[in-house]
Amino acid sequence: MEKKPKIAVLAGFGINCEIETKYAFELAGAQARIVHLADLLSKKDSLSNYHCMAIPGGFSFGDDISSGRAYGNKLKYSLWDEMQGFIRQGKLIIGICNGFQILVKVGLLPNTGGKYAQEATLYANASGKFGDRWVCLKEEEKSKCIFTKGISKIYLPVRHGEGRFMARDGEVMRRLEENGQIALRYCSQSGEIATEYPANPNGSQEGIAGVCDRTGKVFGLMPHPECHIFPENHPRFARGESAESQMGIHIFRNAVKHIQKELL
Amino acid sequence: MVSRIEVGLKDASLDGRGIRVLKQLREDLKITSVSSVYTVSAYTIDGELNEAELKNLSENVFCDSVVERYTCGEPLLKDKSFTFAIEIGFRPGVTDNVGTTSKEAIEDVLKRKLKGSAYTSTQYYFYGKISEGEAKEIAEKLLSNPLIERSTIISGEKWDSKKGFPLAVPKVMLKHEPKVEEVKILEKTQSELGKLSVERCLALSNEEWNAIKGHFGKEDIQNERKQHTLSKNPTDVEIECIAQTWSEHCKHKIFNAKITYEENGKKEEINSLFDTYIRASTEEIGKKVDWLVSVFSDNAGIIKFNKDCNVAFKVETHNAPSALDPYGGALTGIVGVNRDVLGAGMGARFIFNTDVFCFAPPNFAGELPKGVLHPKRIFEGVRRGVEHGGNKTGVPTVNGCIVFDERYLGRPLVYCGTGGTIPAKINGKPSEKKEVKEGYLAVMVGGRIGKDGIHGATFSSMQMDEHSPATAVQIGDPITQRKMYDFLLEARDAGLYSAITDNGAGGLSSSLGEMAQLSGGCEIDLEKAPLKYPGLDPWEILLSEAQERMSVAVEPEKSGAFLKLAKERSVEATVVGKFTSSGFFHVKYDGKTAAFLNMEFLHNGLPQMKLEAKWGERSEKEPKLTQPTNLESELLSLLSSYDICSKEYVVRQYDHEVGGGSCVKPLSGAQNDGPSDAGVVRPILSSQEGLVISNGICPRYSDFDTYDMASCAFDEAVRNAVCTGADPSRIAILDNFCWPDPVKGEKTPDGEYKLAQLVRACKALYDCSLAYSVPCISGKDSMKNDFWSGGKKISILPTLLFSALGYIADVSKAVTIDFKGEGESIYLLGMTRDELGGSEYFSLRKIEWGKAPKVNAREFALAYAKLHEAMQKGIISSAHDCSDGGLAVAAAESAFAGEIGAQIDLRKLPYEGEKRNDFLLFSESAGRIIISVKKGKEAEFEEIMRESSFAKIGKTTNKEKLIITGIEGKEILNAELGKLKEAWKKTLDW
Repeated sequence: MEKKPKIAVLAGFGINCEIETKYAFELAGAQARIVHLADLLSKKDSLSNYHCMAIPGGFSFGDDISSGRAYGNKLKYSLWDEMQGFIRQGKLIIGICNGFQILVKVGLLPNTGGKYAQEATLYANASGKFGDRWVCLKEEEKSKCIFTKGISKIYLPVRHGEGRFMARDGEVMRRLEENGQIALRYCSQSGEIATEYPANPNGSQEGIAGVCDRTGKVFGLMPHPECHIFPENHPRFARGESAESQMGIHIFRNAVKHIQKELL
Repeated sequence: MVSRIEVGLKDASLDGRGIRVLKQLREDLKITSVSSVYTVSAYTIDGELNEAELKNLSENVFCDSVVERYTCGEPLLKDKSFTFAIEIGFRPGVTDNVGTTSKEAIEDVLKRKLKGSAYTSTQYYFYGKISEGEAKEIAEKLLSNPLIERSTIISGEKWDSKKGFPLAVPKVMLKHEPKVEEVKILEKTQSELGKLSVERCLALSNEEWNAIKGHFGKEDIQNERKQHTLSKNPTDVEIECIAQTWSEHCKHKIFNAKITYEENGKKEEINSLFDTYIRASTEEIGKKVDWLVSVFSDNAGIIKFNKDCNVAFKVETHNAPSALDPYGGALTGIVGVNRDVLGAGMGARFIFNTDVFCFAPPNFAGELPKGVLHPKRIFEGVRRGVEHGGNKTGVPTVNGCIVFDERYLGRPLVYCGTGGTIPAKINGKPSEKKEVKEGYLAVMVGGRIGKDGIHGATFSSMQMDEHSPATAVQIGDPITQRKMYDFLLEARDAGLYSAITDNGAGGLSSSLGEMAQLSGGCEIDLEKAPLKYPGLDPWEILLSEAQERMSVAVEPEKSGAFLKLAKERSVEATVVGKFTSSGFFHVKYDGKTAAFLNMEFLHNGLPQMKLEAKWGERSEKEPKLTQPTNLESELLSLLSSYDICSKEYVVRQYDHEVGGGSCVKPLSGAQNDGPSDAGVVRPILSSQEGLVISNGICPRYSDFDTYDMASCAFDEAVRNAVCTGADPSRIAILDNFCWPDPVKGEKTPDGEYKLAQLVRACKALYDCSLAYSVPCISGKDSMKNDFWSGGKKISILPTLLFSALGYIADVSKAVTIDFKGEGESIYLLGMTRDELGGSEYFSLRKIEWGKAPKVNAREFALAYAKLHEAMQKGIISSAHDCSDGGLAVAAAESAFAGEIGAQIDLRKLPYEGEKRNDFLLFSESAGRIIISVKKGKEAEFEEIMRESSFAKIGKTTNKEKLIITGIEGKEILNAELGKLKEAWKKTLDW
């Protein structure tokens, strides 16, 4: 029997998508466990027990002050060394929605300069509103991201009030492109990069929906791949429009495949 | 030491908050002279911090340096070019969620505890011409609610660019020595007691006072009291506890009253509406079905989902708080009903929310009564409160609706519902059973106690100063609650507690009182209860309705593990007493007895109310009804009406997918924007089984007969669920009554009629429940929805919401409302009659006459069962209920949602009554469903449906048009789908 990759799905303090994220990893063939952040901070559990850390969506600390900030600071001020070691071992990290906000606010993403400084932000949507809607996404051709490999186009829901990707400056943007760190972009049904609402649901620069670090192993995205793992999740399944190729499950399968190949 | 950090955007064009205020200034306050608004977030920190620390905190906590800039100790804005600046901050004691997070974040970064607290405020800088009066208006009508917030206004001219706004620390300081007082009731006369009732907000009637006096006057009671060094008279703790336990809210006195009901000269005695109609029908159905697990006895109704899993469901109202502060009221409403589900059985996991609101129209242009907020402000506040409550807790809002009528001007109705799953057995025991035995510990979990929600009404007459806590309205704290929820489910699965209930109305008095009934008594040490600030009297600690709290019973040997896990999860848990079998509700404060109440008297000593109800039919003359010449424009007006129009603006701001189980979403169709009849969600991700959630509400029929209103609402809830694929033999329902006061009195001379309306609604509930075999499993009543202003009363429409919870064996068989393909046959199920009384069509034409639709529940039930059979065979392409706006609106919605045209012939319609095209199009007869059947499956469909009333009325087409042939055989409507959809979408496209 093939060994199962072990996934730590973080929870606690307002994270609220841990159950479906765990389920998506399990469906993809992993052994996933919900880990309360407090148990990592108190050393009751350790990241070293896992091959991949997933920070799911939610409203950690209610998005107070700035989304992801307070939860991210707990990682930054109390778990930093452990996380660095985790990353150095080539292990995987995925942040979804609030998880992406957390990774960006603490500088783990996009980290184009390698200094873990905050280089970008996910700011309040240009619409000024929280929005739940389905969006088309396409993989950036030269992306290094291991999670999005082989995905040409997927269809996922976004559900956030702060998802507007903005790079600190042109230099960060240039490096993102150059390093192949842009993983996913919002696109129109026909596949062109979406710059206008609602295909681009939040006003993100260059339609950026997901980015990875320079290794492609730390990845974050605003849309929710764990919410399109069944045909019936598709908003038009009753019209016969769901398609396996557009499901979010591929992102989890890619992680499982990568771990099986490289880390097990 | 107090410091302040101010944060604002580098690029003002990104300031969404400012842009929104500017829009509201123009649209709502008609102030057009402001050119821009810049906003600043201010964090006021009460604690010793040096300059380096402040800089560290600014950079690592408060300022997002990619887009923002900050200052410490001086204002962000130094340039005086703005006209006015307004700062809004909370009053003392109001929940400041961002402040709480700020404190924790500060402590994480500095790695030390902060002695004081952090407080947040928002500053708005207005550029352009505005007067001081306008600035005041903006502060009061747009930016703040004086009940919970303070505002400071400074003009640009007077701006001190070194100091900015004065530092404000809204810390609660009470100069009060807590004590227990004797309340001398035994010597008081009836009228003196009446006065006391008003002064203390006890709401006790003469009969109730007599029962209390009788109890305390008994010799054996007095002897018992002596032993506990209590006087003959009750203490304030006791009297408040009794009044709370006996309140309408807790005891449902009207629903349990003995009522003499008179109709057409015939009199009938009803001993408890609840027992006679609601409980009786459920018990009858319970004899036939095996899926009722716990009904009416717990915080929520519990039914079986499958062999391993049960579902708990509850809908609550939060009307009065939402009138005072729409945001806080609605937020507390949704997180409050979450706790009902968390407190059901051993505690359920949240799976979905469903919300229904009743507002006055947002374009209300009349004079607002004093003390009433504008309906648009109420709408927006409620919407945002529910958005934050649902989204931040991580519960998808799967279904809901909004009803508009001017009679909700004084009191909006805010119904918040939650469903959750619970394993059928936990640690080998049935999960619906709570166990409390003598010696178990009483533990309070979650937030702390403040003066929140204690007799909200007394608030206005209290002496206020800048450190008095604002208690009338509360703001929920979804994150504190989420932390508690995560912890409690973990503790549940580890078997660390044996009973749980929520702290809602009545606080500890109610939650511990309820659990103490299981063991037969309790002993509480009030001084142990954690407080937000000192200075609360013991009775206030007992009754406070401070949010985010649950009470649990813990076996003594498990308390160590329970408290340890709580600490690990950063959740406060405190042992506040123990359960006993003494037969007494025993409350102590600092070791001294403050209350010693006989449990039997406390829970069963309340005398039954006796009321009279008298029904009289309305009799109005038939008005002259001209036929409109342009039916398309009538249809367009209906589609644009507030009740019917698209609620996409609201729906999209509610997360309806979190949890991963979302199947049929609130919006469906080719562009994901048509109106779904019900929500379908898969509660257990590994199973194809699903829950179907729908609502039925039609208060306008109350103007005719509440029997019809209630049966139509019942039918609508069931029908919506069936349309979407629910198995009609597995639907449970919740009743939720919101009524104007139906007790005859000086202020309510028409009480007998209003009570008769209530009786008739209950009779309808009973009849429908049995005919559909759909049991009520839980409910709620809110019986005093009247608003007084300047001697005038605004009463709501008698309103009854039914919320249905259905089961679907395979979610892939769910059906949506949108037409799917051209050339399919369109059928209409059910009989259409000239039932337009209270219809959208008549309301639009201001016709207050007609017949409200009648429900023939037995006939409808058969049709729904057959339709479900057809759905299981996979031959139904779409199904949509015909209700508000009738067939024309339903057909338009199915067509534009599916982007498929339709051709309909009214001559085919089974119809009874005065034949007119407009009546056929817009009648709201109940029990009707517009269906499209897959090609080639017509004969099979007709065979299945043969015992029901139905007809093929047209077909879907490849033209993007809705074309209708009238009774004369001529085309009476030919409308572009795009035009219909635009009319439907534009009204609430905010």
